[in-house]
Amino acid sequence: MAWDRNQMAERAGKELQDGFYVNLGIGIPTLVSNYIPDGMDVTLQSENGMLGMGPFPTEDELDADIINAGKQTITELDRTSYFSSADSFGMIRGGHINLAILGAMEVAENGDLANWMIPGKLVKGMGGAMDLVAGVERVVVVMDHTSKHGDSKLLKACTLPLTGTGVVDRIITNLGVFDVVDGGLTLIELADGVTEEEVRNSTEAALV
Amino acid sequence: MAQKVYESAAAALDGVLSDGMSVAAGGFGLCGIPENLLNAIRDAGIKDMTFYSNNAGVDDFGIGILLQTKQVKKMVSSYVGENAEFMRQYLSGELELEFNPQGTLAERLRAGGAGIPGFYTKTGVGTVIAEGKEHKDFDGETYILERGIKADIGIVKAWKGDAQGNLIYRKTARNFNPLCAMAGKITIAEVEEIVPTGSLDPDLIHTPGIFVQRIVQGQHEKRIEQRTLKVA
Repeated sequence: MAWDRNQMAERAGKELQDGFYVNLGIGIPTLVSNYIPDGMDVTLQSENGMLGMGPFPTEDELDADIINAGKQTITELDRTSYFSSADSFGMIRGGHINLAILGAMEVAENGDLANWMIPGKLVKGMGGAMDLVAGVERVVVVMDHTSKHGDSKLLKACTLPLTGTGVVDRIITNLGVFDVVDGGLTLIELADGVTEEEVRNSTEAALV
Repeated sequence: MAQKVYESAAAALDGVLSDGMSVAAGGFGLCGIPENLLNAIRDAGIKDMTFYSNNAGVDDFGIGILLQTKQVKKMVSSYVGENAEFMRQYLSGELELEFNPQGTLAERLRAGGAGIPGFYTKTGVGTVIAEGKEHKDFDGETYILERGIKADIGIVKAWKGDAQGNLIYRKTARNFNPLCAMAGKITIAEVEEIVPTGSLDPDLIHTPGIFVQRIVQGQHEKRIEQRTLKVA
């Protein structure tokens, strides 16, 4: 037993706070928008130039000029504003976004993050990820605990090119929730049906 | 007064194109890209261009069409993942690629257009992006020096424009366009509609006409890259 993608996103939804401006990355983080707690006022920022992102459109609402950072068609809300990429990253780099929830390939026990490149295999680019981790006050990573081959993605040191150093605050995996603290990671929550021993056996990073 | 309005994309580019030139091109993915001007650049056949553009289009649309014809020597981009031909040319060494973080690229274009030769940013510190760049500490934090970009031409797409070159963009199709308009030594804008001067609300103009030297009305396919609908 462990959390599936939706359960990880639901757990990440608990990181939101009333009044927050939040940037959600591509993949599982995008699903977090389905788990904004009832009654909570959260504004989603899309780094291509939109604050106040609405849900996916109906056929009638479809508009090629409204997309999110994953290039998916979306809708606007009453609160929505649009702006240039320079203003967008002014919000991000300037520390005006409260929380970024991102996917990752690897996280190290000191909070280093790698999520943009696998040399020789995946050469797509970092997009806005480096700006987000450098500029946003709190960075939460949501990812599978291990790779397809069963190797830990929570490492002593990242092996892939870094997105940022010492930038991750919290990691939500299919096995549990971890905070980056002095000396390593600390387990703060276990996923349903997962034991601490299972977590230890699947984790290379120091658990303190 | 200088006449800024041109009859076609090809006419709007006449006399400003040359082999080896640099181009700042607006757009995010396929949203808000100067489709007509890219087609005209392909037809003009100039070679060895450097493109400053967040993305590289897809194989048969956007900057992708200039990769098919091998007119691009170098791309400066933040994300190029949607283009198979790009990947083939890059991995075989035919195409140079410089990755810039998205916010750094945006600010480089804005700064270049605003007469700012460089700026310090935290983005990329401790990563490959910082290699070879000046590091400087401010208030206990480390930053790296990034350079402003001036491009030989800027090509942008807007929703509405007037004969003065004043531009208004629509929704997320704004993205990098205002910045590329600033960064171009000569900027050519294509718009969905050229409206009578005086009909745009001066308080709502996104790019003042001083940043735009030429303007042309075009037809836009506005292709959607990821058509995603609400689950019924």
